[in-house]
Amino acid sequence: MGAQLRVYRRRIKSVQATKKITKAMELIASARIVRAQNHLNASLPYLTQLVEAVSAAASHASDVSKHPLTAKSDNPVRAAILIITADRGLAGAYSSNSIKEAEALTRNLTEKGMKVVPYVVGRKGVAFHRFRNRPMGGTYIGFSDQPTYAHAKEIGQELLTAFMTPSEEGGVDEIHVVYTNFTNMAVQQTRVRRILPLEVVDEVVENIGESGNAQPFPLYEFEPSAEEVLDALLPRYIDQMVYLSLLNSAASEHAARRRAMKSATDNAEDLVLALTRAANAARQAEITQEISEIVGGADALTA
Amino acid sequence: MSGPLEVAVVSAERSIWSGSAKSIVAKTPEGDVGIMRGHEPMLALLVEAPLRIELDDGSKILVAVHGGFFSVDSNKVNVIAESAELAQDIDIDRAKAALTLAQALVESPDLSAIRRAEARIQVASA
Repeated sequence: MGAQLRVYRRRIKSVQATKKITKAMELIASARIVRAQNHLNASLPYLTQLVEAVSAAASHASDVSKHPLTAKSDNPVRAAILIITADRGLAGAYSSNSIKEAEALTRNLTEKGMKVVPYVVGRKGVAFHRFRNRPMGGTYIGFSDQPTYAHAKEIGQELLTAFMTPSEEGGVDEIHVVYTNFTNMAVQQTRVRRILPLEVVDEVVENIGESGNAQPFPLYEFEPSAEEVLDALLPRYIDQMVYLSLLNSAASEHAARRRAMKSATDNAEDLVLALTRAANAARQAEITQEISEIVGGADALTA
Repeated sequence: MSGPLEVAVVSAERSIWSGSAKSIVAKTPEGDVGIMRGHEPMLALLVEAPLRIELDDGSKILVAVHGGFFSVDSNKVNVIAESAELAQDIDIDRAKAALTLAQALVESPDLSAIRRAEARIQVASA
């Protein structure tokens, strides 16, 4: 076997081995998207109920806009960004899209005179910030593909603590989340959402005003009181927002990984095809050369 | 008032239990509250405690709920807890260990951890 042919055969084998791996990763990711989607759907009833209750409590509580979680700072000086990225690579542009979006938001906020403190979920994002020597408010790694409510709560609590600390003492005035919204298997978009100060209450109250009480809340009797119920529910709402962002991002991560691995598998197939052609040509060239050598030798003998 | 009481128990991660019931008893910061059909609309916070659901046939279901709230409106009860567990989902040994651990902190006892563990044990051993 000629040297050329051997090289081709070796490359074909190596590409085939890689293809097996990417194919397996593609299948795993497909299975996990379904699971992540189920988690996402399972969390929706809670969110719906929570939003309804928050809205009901907000419409009964006196002066919601003065609540510490909804009051806007007149002169915001620091903002936190929760950036949700993947723990592992091989997911196409998933993490870098998040980071890019966060960078754009950071520039935007910096232009408004705010100092930005990143809170980062996922090893990829952490590595990005660490490499650039940027201080981070918090890092959370090891669960980007299977987040639980406990993780979300931990992040939610830390963000809330930062928000409640006055900005002179290192607290933040605004909290944004950069996550990837999972629309369906084919469409995922990076999104930015401000979670604090809360906007939901304003929106809900406005909606009631505009729609002329189309769907009035039942005249709930609050226990202990509307204000206290609201106080207890708003932090839950933050946790839930973080949880939802994590779940959406996890589903998107799997979808991005599946897509990346699918195109890697397809590429490997194309490569094997091209290499097989080249190997066949090399083999044929070898045979032709051998024949012409034998014929040449025989000719020389008879001549 | 006619019609059964529709009860749904939902945690942040999934739906725990739903069905019709005769009554439920929940613990709010101000004490135990019993809800039967025809109760006025109500929105109340929950503390870490077992939630008792009495079914139409008289049997009872206990759910350990940890933080959250419930709303009552036109014979529908939605219990929304950050986490909620049915008896079969509770690891009683772990709950007991957690209780011992929480009580061991004499200096600053973690009251909510104690209540949580106690609720779990009550539900699991009922």
